[in-house]
Amino acid sequence: MLARRIIPCLDVKDGKVVKGVQFRNHEIVGDIVPLAEQYALAGADELVFYDITASSDARVVDKSWVSRIAEVINIPFCVAGGIKSVEDAGKVLEMGADKVSINSPALADPSLITKLHDQFGQQCVVIGIDSYFDQSSNTYQVKQFTGDEKRTLTTGWQTADWVKEVQQRGAGEIVLNCMNQDGVRQGYDIAQLAAIRASCQVPLIASGGAGTMEHFKAVFEQADVDGALAASVFHKGIIAIPALKQYLRDQQIPMRS
Amino acid sequence: MKLVIVDTGCANIASVRFAVERLGCPVTVSDDPEVIKSADKVILPGVGSAPAAMQKIETKGLITVVRELSQPTLGICLGMQLMTRQSEEGHVACLGMIASEVKRMQVGNLRLPHMGWNTITANPDSPLFEGIADGSYFYFVHSFAVSVGDYTLARCEYGMPFSASIGQGNFMGVQFHPERSGEAGSRLLHNFISQC
Repeated sequence: MLARRIIPCLDVKDGKVVKGVQFRNHEIVGDIVPLAEQYALAGADELVFYDITASSDARVVDKSWVSRIAEVINIPFCVAGGIKSVEDAGKVLEMGADKVSINSPALADPSLITKLHDQFGQQCVVIGIDSYFDQSSNTYQVKQFTGDEKRTLTTGWQTADWVKEVQQRGAGEIVLNCMNQDGVRQGYDIAQLAAIRASCQVPLIASGGAGTMEHFKAVFEQADVDGALAASVFHKGIIAIPALKQYLRDQQIPMRS
Repeated sequence: MKLVIVDTGCANIASVRFAVERLGCPVTVSDDPEVIKSADKVILPGVGSAPAAMQKIETKGLITVVRELSQPTLGICLGMQLMTRQSEEGHVACLGMIASEVKRMQVGNLRLPHMGWNTITANPDSPLFEGIADGSYFYFVHSFAVSVGDYTLARCEYGMPFSASIGQGNFMGVQFHPERSGEAGSRLLHNFISQC
């Protein structure tokens, strides 16, 4: 049976793994390669490396760490941030990444999704979506350039519409980051994820809000997501991956052993 | 032992090379027909779409070279699919070393691509799967597959049973990514290098 995936996300800034709260106040967690190795050994099913500075400050980012990761780990990993073209994606994939995740550049030029699909195949193309629940309008809005608070924009897209659009354009997987929950460890946004799940025919990964093992159980059981992504609970040692996977296995959620 | 990875121009070549190197086995990545022909063992990697990959292999002048290999040759993911007669993906003729065909998976309400870790059951006599217990997890990413048939070496299930591995003569292939399948994947690559 296909296992549900546990995916630690390592936010990368200037070649170091960092973590902020609701996208702010980034503090250094550690070096990339030893952390990647440590998570692979602990039983992570996949890793995401999110270069959070890249999309917002428009510079060419040194991605040589991608091949250093590919050399040492034997589980799949995805690289996000600053991939704005087919050429950028090609370089990251050639260095050994299994997938690229596109967020702000896909909003700026949705045809990029199709180009990546045609060049590298659907399985390589992950679309990251930063979704913010706006209480005044009671809508989920897609945000752009979330790596830099000063430049963060509210796009004209409502989240459900953008999810449909990216699938039509060739996305192979969607990572839905529910920004209101990010970094505060109060649980995944089950209501939003379940609503998006209903119109998402490709794998859907939940992101933002994991604080306890019960949060993972809830998101798999109630939102039927394919994977759950988390950062701070793993980096800060609040949840150990082997214990989490055993707990979920005990709850009859299929986990890779 | 001279191991060569065919440079198909596809994206996962680095991961396959690193995985083999982690086993301590030197490896050459090449699209030179003479280098490929002189190898003791060959790996044919591949990701992306079947028509695009066939086009690349044709452009590099490697179709006949790969077809006529007589040494053990392992296709990975799309590389495995290219070893069959044809693929429904773009309705393309493939290399035809294994008498199977590739079709789009029919999985009902389940999601495609079939992406993630799934369990396999191997034929007991397959050297490629020696020491790999039934129920071992491998990493899959694909929407097309070979159904279970005469050339199946291992099977998997996702909405339908399908071949996790196929083989005919010196050609064998795996639908999953051994280079990204943890310890079980390492064991499979080790088996290919030392047992096949």
